[in-house]
Amino acid sequence: MEIPKSFLGYKRENGRAGTRNHVIILPVDDISNACAEAVANNIKGTIALPHSYGRLQFGADLELHFRTMIGTGCNPNVAAVIVIGIEPKWTKKIVDGIAKTGKPVEGFHIERTGDIGTTMKASKKAQEFVMWASEKQREECPLSDLWISVKCGESDTTSGLAANPTVGNLMDKLEPLGVHLCFGETSELTGAEQVCATRGATKEASEKFMKTWSSYNDFILKEATDDLSESQPTAGNIAGGLTTIEEKAFGNFQKIGNCKFIDVLEPAEEPTKGKGLYFMDTSSAAAECVTLQAAAGFNIHLFPTGQGNIVGNPIEPVVKLTANPLTVKGMGEHIDCDVSKILSREMNLSEAGDELIKTTLRVANGRLTCAEALGHREFVMTKLYRSA
Amino acid sequence: MATDIIIHDKKDNVGVVVIEKITPKQDCACWIMEDDSSANIQSLDEIPLGHKIAMIDLNEGDTILKYGHDIGKVIKSIKKGEHVHVHNVKTKKW
Repeated sequence: MEIPKSFLGYKRENGRAGTRNHVIILPVDDISNACAEAVANNIKGTIALPHSYGRLQFGADLELHFRTMIGTGCNPNVAAVIVIGIEPKWTKKIVDGIAKTGKPVEGFHIERTGDIGTTMKASKKAQEFVMWASEKQREECPLSDLWISVKCGESDTTSGLAANPTVGNLMDKLEPLGVHLCFGETSELTGAEQVCATRGATKEASEKFMKTWSSYNDFILKEATDDLSESQPTAGNIAGGLTTIEEKAFGNFQKIGNCKFIDVLEPAEEPTKGKGLYFMDTSSAAAECVTLQAAAGFNIHLFPTGQGNIVGNPIEPVVKLTANPLTVKGMGEHIDCDVSKILSREMNLSEAGDELIKTTLRVANGRLTCAEALGHREFVMTKLYRSA
Repeated sequence: MATDIIIHDKKDNVGVVVIEKITPKQDCACWIMEDDSSANIQSLDEIPLGHKIAMIDLNEGDTILKYGHDIGKVIKSIKKGEHVHVHNVKTKKW
């Protein structure tokens, strides 16, 4: 298949391109959710991103909070941002971070004004932003403007046999065309960590990966009260035939094809070494992982599933694929790309990879994903430890 | 002939059922992805889609190989053709 050289995206002030054109209402903290949701309810075409944190965090955990908030606002799928927090200082810090992209952003704090007054002021600005954004047109953008993140979920053995290798095939075909790629799921590489480390493009990248994996594994060993048999693999994984974390890890690892990763990113860290594949230190919980990848600037997500994970994200479209024919039959409304014919050998991996490229480009050009049509907007912040 | 079981790597001692289920005493056609070769096996158990079958007899303490790699240890001996899962295999990690 000849791979198209471009897609239709929204060009942003900082040179990036979006596959979506969202105006978001971003609460700085948990207690500002109500106001953010009130604004999104008032002004059609905006979306609120409620979450559970943002108060009394400190140290690396607070840095991650800011990185996720600012990164989400900076994502090229976002046209403009309203930030609402209880206090002015942290609100302004997030506004200033997002403003560096050049996109419209304005902050409001609730203290001394209350929810109703803040909702009114923020709604007026949100209306202005959304009407401005509604005139933005899709334009031809080079394929290299795609930043593709991947994560699998509710995996089973069909994931490792076919759906994950399909993503790997797409990576092998798109990497030479200059796209950014990202995989994560530190804990779910356990068992395959040594093999994964050999896929670092440089000695430095390999060592950084092993350091990151070891630190996560030490944390798990410290907190674990058993062999994690209730969590890794999950009950869904086991029902689908996956027996051990090692088996899951080697399946997971098929997603990167033959690519080598050029750097290891902190959670929600924007890649800075140019085109190519990156590994990000993330949880393996679907919504947490996708939220971090979106905050790092990735603008389209590929999500292979076995038993049928249904996750979506408010700003980064999540494209689902599966090779499990029972999942296609039972919950087809969640599946954007069906590659189950690989198992019956009516389709080979390269054909499946081509199908996934076509689906990815249709979604990049504006086709809604199943998760978007079904209203999945899981925005889940990663928290590193207890607040003060 | 249709494929009932797919095996990732020639070194693997387990295969994955890729039809809705296989039944006891079923003669199954296996496809080995690594070198596009074929094999046959008769099942002893009913095994659902996505679950694993032992390609050889395995003893307690043996290593299960899939993708050509170590994916865990046998905790209860397994006969060729039997279902391989959490009741007879366990992680070596954690």
